[in-house]
Order: sequence, then structure tokens, then C-alpha cells
Amino acid sequence: MRKMPLNTPTPAHSARGLAGQGVKHDSAWKHVSGQARYIDDLPMPEALLHAAVGHSEQAHARILSMDLEAVRNYPGVVAVITAKDVPGDLDIGPVFPGDPVLADDIVEHIGQPIFAVAATSHDAARKAARLASVEYQPLDAVVTVKQALDQQLFVRPSHTQQRGEPDRALAEAPNRLRGEQQVGGQEHFYLEGQACLAEPTEDGGMFVHTSSQHPSEVQKLVAEVLGLPIHEVQAEVRRMGGGFGGKETQAAPLACVAALLAHATGRPVKYRLSRADDMVQTGKRHDFYNTYDIGFDDDGLIRGADIMVAGRCGYSPDLSDAIVDRAMFHADNAYYLDQARVVGHRCKTHTVSNTAFRGFGGPQGMMIIEKAMDDIARHLGRDPLDVRKLNLYRPGRDTTHYGQTVEQHVLEELMENLEASSDYRRRRAEVTSFNRTSPVLKRGLALTPVKFGISFTAKHLNQAGALVHIYTDGSIVVNHGGTEMGQGLYIKVAQVVASAFQVDLARVKVSAARTDKVSNTSPTAASSGSDLNGMAALDACEKILEGLVAFAAKHWSTPPEQISFSDNQVMVGGLAVPWETFIQAAYMNRVPLWSSGFYATPKIHYDPETGTGRPFLYYANGAACSEVVVDTLTGEYRVVRTDILHDVGRSLNPEIDIGQIEGGFVQGMGWLTTEELVYSDEGRLLTTGPATYKIPAVSDCPPDLRVTLLPESPNREATVFHSKAVGEPPLMLSIAVWSALRDAVASITDYRYSPPLDTPATPERVLSAVTASQHWLARQKEIA
Amino acid sequence: MIEFVLNGRTEKVDQIDPNLSILEWLRTKMRLTGTKEGCASGDCGACTVITGTPGQQGNIRYEAINSCISLIGSLHGKELITVDAFRQEPGHPVQRAMMEQHGAQCGFCTPGIVMSLVALHANKEDTVPDDHRLLEALSGNLCRCTGYRPIIEAGRQALVQEWAPEAQHPAASLGRARDGGDEATIHQDSITLNSPEGPRYNAPVSLDELRTLRREFPESRLVAGSTDLALEITQQLKTLDHMISVERVEELKSCRQQGDELVIGAAATYQQFRAALSALWPAFDPMLERLGSLQIRNRGTLGGNIANASPIGDMPPPLMALGATLVLDGPDGERRLPLEDFFHGYKQTDLKPGEFVHSVRVPAPRANEQLHIYKVSKRLDDDISAVLGAFRLTVDNGVVADCRLAFGGMAATPARAPGAEAALKGQPWNNNSVTAAITALASDFSPLTDARASAGYRLQVAGNLLRRALLASTSSETLMVTDYA
Repeated sequence: MRKMPLNTPTPAHSARGLAGQGVKHDSAWKHVSGQARYIDDLPMPEALLHAAVGHSEQAHARILSMDLEAVRNYPGVVAVITAKDVPGDLDIGPVFPGDPVLADDIVEHIGQPIFAVAATSHDAARKAARLASVEYQPLDAVVTVKQALDQQLFVRPSHTQQRGEPDRALAEAPNRLRGEQQVGGQEHFYLEGQACLAEPTEDGGMFVHTSSQHPSEVQKLVAEVLGLPIHEVQAEVRRMGGGFGGKETQAAPLACVAALLAHATGRPVKYRLSRADDMVQTGKRHDFYNTYDIGFDDDGLIRGADIMVAGRCGYSPDLSDAIVDRAMFHADNAYYLDQARVVGHRCKTHTVSNTAFRGFGGPQGMMIIEKAMDDIARHLGRDPLDVRKLNLYRPGRDTTHYGQTVEQHVLEELMENLEASSDYRRRRAEVTSFNRTSPVLKRGLALTPVKFGISFTAKHLNQAGALVHIYTDGSIVVNHGGTEMGQGLYIKVAQVVASAFQVDLARVKVSAARTDKVSNTSPTAASSGSDLNGMAALDACEKILEGLVAFAAKHWSTPPEQISFSDNQVMVGGLAVPWETFIQAAYMNRVPLWSSGFYATPKIHYDPETGTGRPFLYYANGAACSEVVVDTLTGEYRVVRTDILHDVGRSLNPEIDIGQIEGGFVQGMGWLTTEELVYSDEGRLLTTGPATYKIPAVSDCPPDLRVTLLPESPNREATVFHSKAVGEPPLMLSIAVWSALRDAVASITDYRYSPPLDTPATPERVLSAVTASQHWLARQKEIA
Repeated sequence: MIEFVLNGRTEKVDQIDPNLSILEWLRTKMRLTGTKEGCASGDCGACTVITGTPGQQGNIRYEAINSCISLIGSLHGKELITVDAFRQEPGHPVQRAMMEQHGAQCGFCTPGIVMSLVALHANKEDTVPDDHRLLEALSGNLCRCTGYRPIIEAGRQALVQEWAPEAQHPAASLGRARDGGDEATIHQDSITLNSPEGPRYNAPVSLDELRTLRREFPESRLVAGSTDLALEITQQLKTLDHMISVERVEELKSCRQQGDELVIGAAATYQQFRAALSALWPAFDPMLERLGSLQIRNRGTLGGNIANASPIGDMPPPLMALGATLVLDGPDGERRLPLEDFFHGYKQTDLKPGEFVHSVRVPAPRANEQLHIYKVSKRLDDDISAVLGAFRLTVDNGVVADCRLAFGGMAATPARAPGAEAALKGQPWNNNSVTAAITALASDFSPLTDARASAGYRLQVAGNLLRRALLASTSSETLMVTDYA
């Protein structure tokens, strides 16, 4: 048996576009010429109807009556449905129950759909949906994390991870600090809002075009609400106009509503959300309330930690169990906590059910330990970078508070390299001296690491399937369970396939994810897209190659070990057979030219009872150094420079990876700075569009942004070509910006006071930190 | 009926609801789906298209605009160029650079970004636009995937390349933009757009016609750039029964010096009056760069910003600080009043039925006068102000001889701060008097807490902006993050 090119580097002279090369996105031309089709761009089927829903105007209430006459009578309306019209299951909770597709009796957040309309135009459906008169009996509403904590109102049980005796370690530590923080949520703001198109099939089933990261879940839930076996429903995802976690579970409710209306009318139904409806009706990143109690020695080395993370889950579990778990798994970020307890709460509130968002709770968990690092440094009068480096995992101090051993120690060297390449020490001195004389503007600098666990913490999701077809002209199609949302998954997997056969990338075409091609797929999430689907595609290629080699050995009477693939040819002994010729010959000799492939991530396990295990196959690592300038009169600020060094293992496509790193960093920066979700006391979201919800704009990109991939750092684990996941980890590089803002403000007190700075650190919160620092200084002077 | 050129072909449109945006028309009537809807509120730029507007001298002005909040009727006599004009490879230098620099990830914002950059490319003169202009051109385009660095890089790359389209290219006219547009046909006619359902849209070209229409239909809604009005249609789902556009009335678009005053027509867009106003009062320039986005500034007008009487419009406070005069026109003829007397309450003005804003008369600087304009918002680009402070001071020998302090975001209307002004007048221009003025601000204003800022922040910042003005006029320190290099 011939050894396949699994986990070998790309040869120097080879076909074009193989794994490891920086090739452009497969849809690049279609993107720049407006020819890439998103759901709302698809040709409209005959008799198409458009959907809209009417939603709750109360955070928590009983529906006493619902008069839909005016809705029904609005010109163009064809059908109006309520919970009573759902033929199958009403509940579409993705993991745990709790999400009725249309609320029945009780509503639990403002924006919860209570009825749905199908009309002949998008405009008519939306206008009609506003005409219902609904009578509510208000019930007590809980809006914030703290209110839920006070009332012990949770969507899922709380969970604890503990190692050793943290209470004793804290009591005995030479120094001890306590702190608390609010970490804000985040709207995904994918530029393409949620959208789907449901078409009844001739068998009474449904075909759904959806903008979803999880077509198999769309398929399953649509089948369930219609009361059909899953095989009567199929879903297709060609691409999304951005996902970021917001289309993992949040696309399915739309698909279910569209399918219900299509089922009721027998006509195709398109359902897309306006921006405001999208922001009100769909889940966001959880905001958290976190506390720490940390003991440390006089150098800043942590001896013990007691950390609490509490996420606002909204009204239902959705994915919150796993999201708060991931916050707990990352409450250490890159640091050895020694004796430690981490407690996680899943707070129930009468707000929209919060959901996956790039990092999946990890970023919110990391924020508490990064706050602690700054606080310890200020307390001891040390540079925060030194405290961070001191506490890094290293051999001998390499087991996390949940029992996983950090096996590949990348961060110490990575941070040293970045410290040198960003010229941190010289700039530190320069910033400090600038701040002594500048009356209004203050500069801040911070260098922070990221260690992020890779694998779904729900073990069963760590599997993937793929299909590879070679046609008689040698052209290839690859299909897999992963979805394309801009991250470049399709081109990466195509590069893997091209590498397996050593043919030009141009010969490999990717095709839309479809539930009738690869079934029971996992969501494209948890940064796992290329790890899982790349390996499944490689498995399919290897199976085809096996047959091809056996065929060639027999056909040309050559020992299998003398058969190899390189540069669009098959070398059979001394004979070079062009790829097309070879494939034609294989076909004529009845050799299978297609195969499925499968992959299941090895080694991983976690026991929630004991709070220990190895939930992650490996960790992705990186660090960022950011410099900011802050206006102490208004709290306005700018990021002037950011240096990033990130570990992607052996990159499948360095250009795509750099795009993920830069994009993740800026998205994270938005989360921690200008993106503020404001709710009224009654639980109504007040920031319902880009006029009030401010994601980074072009001038927010640091004018000096230097991103480098950590060289010569293959993944120790047998991942696809020893690459590492890149989707989520870079988002947390942005913590450097938040820490740099605190650093700038800390200069007011000559770095003796660690100012409170909850997130998002809007100019208002930064000014409040400035004011707190000035008051601290005034108090010190009074004391002296 | 209206007539315009879409990607090189003439379109005639009639019997259509004038509430329809250009974007809706493109996507639903023409099924040209290259142009995307991201927000339908003019804040994300996914819908960016280019319009070519014939000028008086036979030239055509090409501008990037938000098609989601621009009404179909506004297209009469113009050219409309969309991304669909660029479907043939190898494409425009902007498209090639965007691909080479990996400027698109999910691709949804990309057509809008391409069109913003194509507009900048078409308007480049002999010198290549610098980064400052490049960022300005992209200020209204949100991208959630890339973090912008590769887009900026693509812009730099494309701007040093030339584009020479063949004559039959659907956007060929763009390639001749700076040659003065030989094909420009100025439609000098007034038009009416009717829909079978009833809504109506008039676009007169003369002041007399406008007066007559306003007299006849005092309940009609005036529309200029529709950057605010269209939100009633796209966000509140209203149907406006009758709109009268002022954007084709040439007398309302002029911007000229008259004696000591600069007279800006109500229908002049921000981009049209920016240079002249900034030449007179340079403090306007950095503020105008942050007012909306370039797409908004290409459509939004001075008259619209004043007449919608929003407490957070950015033009009224500085114009009030300058003591500008508002000229109103209508059935009973012209009348003038100080701008500050125009605002009666939240969204309430002195406009009488049938009246409209004609122009604004801005006084020129006199000896020892200084003007400071400070806009504070969550995000630097394209954000509505939490607070805007505008201060005109006359400082003679270190003493504040006169001052007018006006604020946006501090009250139900743009408003002056009488207490703070009194605290400064006749006092030395120093820390003590500014501290006294800041104390007085707390009696002048009781601002609101809303999604943009808290009352406390607004009051604190309003005071600190006075401190900034003092520092700006007495020291050479860099005081604003936007000035920090």
C-alpha cells in the first residue's frame, strides 16, 4: 500500500494553488463584481410569497388575546399563522427545549415572534405584521445578569471547576486582590441579515435555501415543525454574507417560519429580516458579570484564584450551557492559576436568547483574568507585561484548572518575539515620558496573549464528512459539511484536495453545502471548519488514491511504491502520465473516481461531573501589542498601532489566515470599545441599527497594523497538514486594546491605580475611568 | 415621468410609487441584485451606487451615494452607475486590487466598497488621492470581516492605476469624468412622478414653481437629499403621500459671497458648501469630515439639517454661535430671522404652512474672533454626536469681549448656553472664568440619557470642551486624538 501524502509539507516544485500557498478566495471575482448570490439575490420562484412576523412588545407577559383581523385584511396578505397552526413540534430549541417557533400563551422577551404573515411583497408582509392588536398581562421581568443572580434565576445549572485548595491558598498568599467587571455583549452585524427561501417539494416536503452555519439543524428543525421525517426536508447553503456565530442556531427559526408558511400556502416563501428586526429578534454575544479573588506573591505569581463568570443567557438555554463552559475553560487564558476555583452561572433574563459569537464565551472568560493581570501589576508597581509573562503556562506548571495538560508551549517564545519586534520596552519608556508632559492626551501600551482551546466541547460535534468526485476530464468537485461565510473554508479545503492529488487548484471546484450530499453535519463553528472538513476531504481523496494506485500498478505492471503524484501528472515508474489521461484510463477500467470521507477528532473527553478532562485537541496561540492615545477631556481615543504575532501552525493559506487574524482583531476591538448594546429597564433594546450601534469603521483600523504568522510552528497534533484553527482565536487579541486604554488612563496616577473600565470601553466609560483616577489622586494628596 | 441613464442605457419610469428607493427599484423592479441592502438606513454603505449629475457648465459630477435612502424620483436627468456595470473581466482596477489584496471575505459589503472606490478613482485629478481622502471615501462603508486593512491597501493600489474603458462599456462615461462629460444633457424640466396608488412626487426647477406648489399643497413633505426623510419610509414603514423635491431648484443650490456674508442655499449639499464655508471658518472642515459619511454628505443638505430641527443636527450649533441668519421663503414672500429663533422645541420650528428654508447667511470673521467646533461621538467616523460644542469668542487683550456658546445634544433643540456666556463675558480668558462657565452650564442644561450617552457624560463633556477651547487658544499642545499623528 502506498503511503498517502498525509501531513507532509507541500513539495517545492508542484502544481499551483496547493495547501500552504496564499491563493485568493474562490468567489473573489463574484464578490467584487456583485455576482455572488446571497439568498435575497436568487431568482424568484413563481408565486413567491414574503414572510414577516409580529413580535412581542413585552419582556415577560401572558398573551390574553390576539386580534389579527387587520393583519389578515391588509392588501396582499395570503396567510397568517400562530402557534396553533404548527403541525409538528412547536419547540425548536437546538440543544435543550425552550424556544417555541411562535410563542403560545407566554412571551419571554421583546421581539419574540408570536404570529407570522405571508404576503405578496416584502413590504406588505412587514406592514401587515404591525397591525395586530395584542392584549398582554405583564409579568415580572428580569433584565440584567445581576438581577438574575440575585434571584438565582438560571436557564441551566451552575457548574464548578476546582483544583486543590483555593480558599487556603488565597488566605495564605502574601497579596490578595478582589475585582469585578461587566463585559458587554455584541451584535453580530453580519452585513447580510438573516434570510431563507423555503420551497414545497412534490412530495409534500420542503427545500430550504438558507443563510446558515448549520444546514443540518435547519433541516432537522424544519422537519420537526412540519411533523415530517428528516429526509423530506433538504437544506442548501451556498454562502453567507457573514456569520460569526450568529447564524449557527439563529437561522433555523426563520427557516421554520418560512417552511410553515410555505406548507400552509403551498407556495414558496422568502423570509429575510430587516436590520432592525434582526437586531431585536435574534440572539447576540452574552454579556457577563465576572468577579475574581486572587492571591499572589510579591513578584506577581498567582498562588490561588477564585473566579466567577455569569453570562446573560436570555430567556432560553440555546447554546448557553456550552458558552458559559467555554468562558470557564478560558478564565485562565494563558496563565497557570495554581489552586483554583472557577464557577459559571447561566443567568436567565427576559431578553433575547443569547447565542454563539466568535469565541463562544471564551473572550468573556479571558477578560476577568486579563483584568486581574493589570490589577496585580499596578498593585505591585510592575509592568503588566512582566506579570503576564511570569504567569504563563510552562513545563512543570502546565495543567489547567480543568485538568488538561498544555503540551505545546508556544507562548513564552511568541511573546518574547513580539516584545522585541514591537519594540515594547523602548516604546514603554517613550509612552511614559510623553504622558508626564502631555496635559490632555495620554498614550497607553499593552501586550497580551491568547491561548484558545480548539474542539467543540460537545464531543459528538467533532465529526465531519466530505464527498470528492473526479470527472472524466480530470476536473474535481469537493463537497463537505462545512459552510462558507467568508472565512475561506471552501478555498482551503479545495487546496487540501489539490494537494492530495497534486493537481492545480483550478481543477478543483467547491460546491454548496447540501444536506442530501453530506448528512448529519456539524455547524461550521468553534473554528473547526478546516480542521474537520479538511480532514474528511483528505480521507475521501485517500480512498480514491488507493484505488487509483492499485489500478495503475496493475495497468502498467509497476510496483505501487513506484507510483506517485506530482505537478498534474502521475509518475508510473519512469512514465509520466498526464492527470487527464490517467483519469480517463482509470474510468475506462472501471475504477471508482469518487468517494466519501469521514473524520472524528481523536483524544478528546470531558467529564462535567468532576469538571476535568481534555476538552480540546490543542490550543491556538497568539499575542498582540497595541498602542492607543486617549483624550482625557472627552474619553475619545484611537488605536495608533498594533503588532500581532499569531500561531496558525503550518498555514493552509497564509493570506486567508492573515485576513482572519486582522478581521478577528478589529471585530474584537469593536466588541471592547464602541459596540454598545443598550437596553431600557423594561428590557427593550434601544440600539437597533447601525445609527446607534457602532461597529468599527474604516478609520478605526489601526493606521499601523503589522500581522505576522509564527514561523516554523507545525501543530504537534495530526491535524490537516499540521495547521491550526484560526477563526476565533484572533478576536481575543483585541484585549490588548482594552488593556492599553486602561494603561493610558493609569498614567494619570503614575500607574499606581488600576482604573475600573467595564466594556465596551466607550468614550463615556473611558472618561469615567479618567475621573475615577483623578479622584483617587486627589484622595492620595489629601492623605499626604 | 422621469428619465435617466442606467449603466449606459436610458430608462424611462412612470406610474411608480415615489416612496420607492433606488435600491428597491434596482433589486425588485430591475432584478439587478449586485447592489445590496445591509441596513436600509444609509449607515452601512452596502447599497452604494454612483450618480452622475450634470452641472451648469456641462460637466458631470460623479458621486457615491446610499441608494437605500435615495428616492427613485431623485434620478431624473442623472446617470446611475451600479456594480452591475462591472461584470466583465478583467474589470476595473479597483476590482482587481480588491481581489489581489484579499479585500473581500464574505463579499456582501464588497459591491458597495467597490463603488465607493470607483467613485474616488473617477474623481482623481492629476495627483493621486492620499490616505486621508481614501479613508474619507470609505467612511460610509462598513465591513464586518476584514478589519479594513486590505481594503485600504486595495484603494492605494488601484488609485495609482489608470482605467480606460472601451466606448461600449456600461460605465464608460466615468472614464471620461474629468474631461467634462461631453454627453451631458441637462434636463431643465420640472417633473412629476405619480403612482397608481396615489403617492405623488414633484421636482420643480424654479423658485416660483416651488412657491406655487407649496401654496397649493401645504401638507406636502419637502425633500432634498432624503437622508433623513427616507428613514420614515424604510424604518417606520410610512407611505408619504406627497413629496416636493427642492434639489432641482437652482436658486436654492448656490453658495456665494454677498458682502460680508456667505450665503448658502438650503439645497446645497454638504460637499457643495464645505469648501466655501471652511475657507471662511476653517473650524468647520474637520467637523464636516465627521458629519455622516461621504455618501451622506453627497446627498444631505444644509436646509435639511436645519429644517428637521433635530437636537443633534451638527450644523445648527456652529451657525448659531456665529449668529447666522436664516432666510425663509413661501407664499407670503421672504423673511429673515436669527437661526436660534427658528427652533421652538423638539422637532418644532418657526416654519409656517407652505414655507421653506431658502438659505443661510453666515457672517465673516471679524477682528479677534475665534471659532471652535467640537464633535463628540462614540465612533469617530459616521456617528451622530453625543455632544457638539461650538464657541465663537472675541478675545481682546486676554479678555472675553463677546462670546456665543451653542451646543447640540444638550437640550430638546440646538441651544445657546446663556449662563455660561454670561460667566465668560468681560472676564479674562483663563481657567477661572472657564471654570465659572462650566459651573453655569449645569444650570443652562439638563440633558437626556439615551443610547448615545448619559446626561452626566454630556454635561461633563460640554464643560470639558470649553476647557479644550481655552487650551487650544492658549497653547500649542495636541489636544485631540484626531490630530495625533
